[in-house]
Amino acid sequence: MEKRVTFKGLWLPLLLVLPQIVITAVFFFYPAGQAIWQSLFIPDPFGLSMQYVGLGNFEYLLGNSYYRASFVTTAVFSILVTVVSMGIALYLAVLADRLIKGSGVYRTLLIWPYAVAPAVAGVLWLFMFNTRVGVVTWYLGVLGYDWNHVLNGGEAMGLVVVASAWGRISYNFLFFLAGLQSIPKSVIEAAAIDGAHFWTRFRTIVFPLLSPTTFFLLVVNIVYAFFETFGVIHTITSGGPQQSTTILVYKVFSDGFVGQDLGSSAAQSVILLVIVGLLTIVQFKYIERRVHY
Amino acid sequence: MADRTGMVEKRGAGLWLTHLGLIIGLLFIFFPIWLAFVASTVSQPEIVQPPMPLLPGDQFFENYRKALVSGINAPVAWMMLNSLFMALGIAIGKIIISLLSAFAIVYFRFPGRKTFFWLIFLTLMLPVEVRIVPTYEVVANFGMLNSYSGLIFPLIASATATFLFRQFFMTVPDELAEAARVDGARPMRFFWDILLPMSRTNIAALFVILFIYGWNQYLWPLLITTDPSMNTIVMGIKQMFPSGDDIADWPVIMATSILAMIPPVIVVVGMQRLFIRGLVDSEK
Repeated sequence: MEKRVTFKGLWLPLLLVLPQIVITAVFFFYPAGQAIWQSLFIPDPFGLSMQYVGLGNFEYLLGNSYYRASFVTTAVFSILVTVVSMGIALYLAVLADRLIKGSGVYRTLLIWPYAVAPAVAGVLWLFMFNTRVGVVTWYLGVLGYDWNHVLNGGEAMGLVVVASAWGRISYNFLFFLAGLQSIPKSVIEAAAIDGAHFWTRFRTIVFPLLSPTTFFLLVVNIVYAFFETFGVIHTITSGGPQQSTTILVYKVFSDGFVGQDLGSSAAQSVILLVIVGLLTIVQFKYIERRVHY
Repeated sequence: MADRTGMVEKRGAGLWLTHLGLIIGLLFIFFPIWLAFVASTVSQPEIVQPPMPLLPGDQFFENYRKALVSGINAPVAWMMLNSLFMALGIAIGKIIISLLSAFAIVYFRFPGRKTFFWLIFLTLMLPVEVRIVPTYEVVANFGMLNSYSGLIFPLIASATATFLFRQFFMTVPDELAEAARVDGARPMRFFWDILLPMSRTNIAALFVILFIYGWNQYLWPLLITTDPSMNTIVMGIKQMFPSGDDIADWPVIMATSILAMIPPVIVVVGMQRLFIRGLVDSEK
């Protein structure tokens, strides 16, 4: 796509792009380049010099059981967050779509969690499940269940998944509702006339027609679970207990800033970079197809 | 909307079941927020003796006054101001640099234009979380730790908005630029008088999304604001928890959590139409 009509000038356009070029060069391309460069070195214990190790950091990481465990944790976490959040959102969107009146009111209320920062969502859920003062913990205790996410890795994972999925419901709900409302009513009514009941209609017509939205949301939610849930994990579990909730982004942070292992942290950044790159390519390939409507 | 009243919408019992299902969803969404609000209106002893009450108490003014004026490490009013500066800086800064560069790549032919376009395309792929360590070093070398510029610049170094404005400018009819050129209008005049007014809605929608993005940042302010007076409210909450075995001051912490969500909730709910438009636009 090109404009037919353009203005003449050489210095003006260069001046116009200059602020963005300077800011992206300094705060984006240079640090990204540094991450790739640093991933090839290990600093000596005094931080005075760097020793070139080639792909040594990567070999070490891939052979390291903690890092491989973090991969598995990230996969489990992202899949659970995506499925839980999209499931609840689809359920609510299907219901809201059935309403003739009042769906606007529900929409206004259901978009609230979007405004709540992941770190704040983490604090809210931590408060409910706090081992000492949490209301839910207390009532679970009454029912005879001893909740303790500080010691129990499975419970810790469950808590960060629910808190992360909770914050994402609004987003998925809005996209699902828009997707549902774009399905022509005539198609659904035709099926209803043929005697198809709600569940049959949903399975054979609505869900297939919704698949572009679903696929798009799958990719976007996985990216969300990979990166934007840092605040949830940091506030609720700090990656514990025994690293059972240490997702890859959390590990970049804890190895780089807490552990000061710069080479390894940089190599982890590069691995993440490759993963995001792949996800973005998938997304763009798909969006390219979608815009030919 | 008459065209949506068909035979498949529910009436009678089915309608009530639909409402019931949605209300259960709303309970799941609002229960955590409600509990936080209740906790922000009761006294500490009522919370540390579980179970805490489920209805608001009478300590509302006391807790919020304490949070806003003194806080725990820094007054929360001050942290909210920091968050406001950061969110506005990110939203306004990113919109300005993106408008200018999108204008340049759409309406001019200059050497390096293609390269520039691909470079900004690349930035779409890398969230700040991935390059935190080297970005931190850059910001530290510039002496920008504990400063607003340090909070803002690294987060506007991406081209999502440029991309968006480029897409929009491509849909602006060529006749407008043609007419401006025939009238002898200079490029910047066309930009100010025609392009900018036409982009108003896009700018507003993007502003809503970027404001929330900026306000809700966590990891970046956590790294570069070591001085409590520069903390933003979202990252400051976690700093209010005591280290070790001391009991957290829950009423003040929960009052702070409520305060942290009020501005973005007002923006999202108050500008719902723009927010939804911005959300859909920025994902295209």
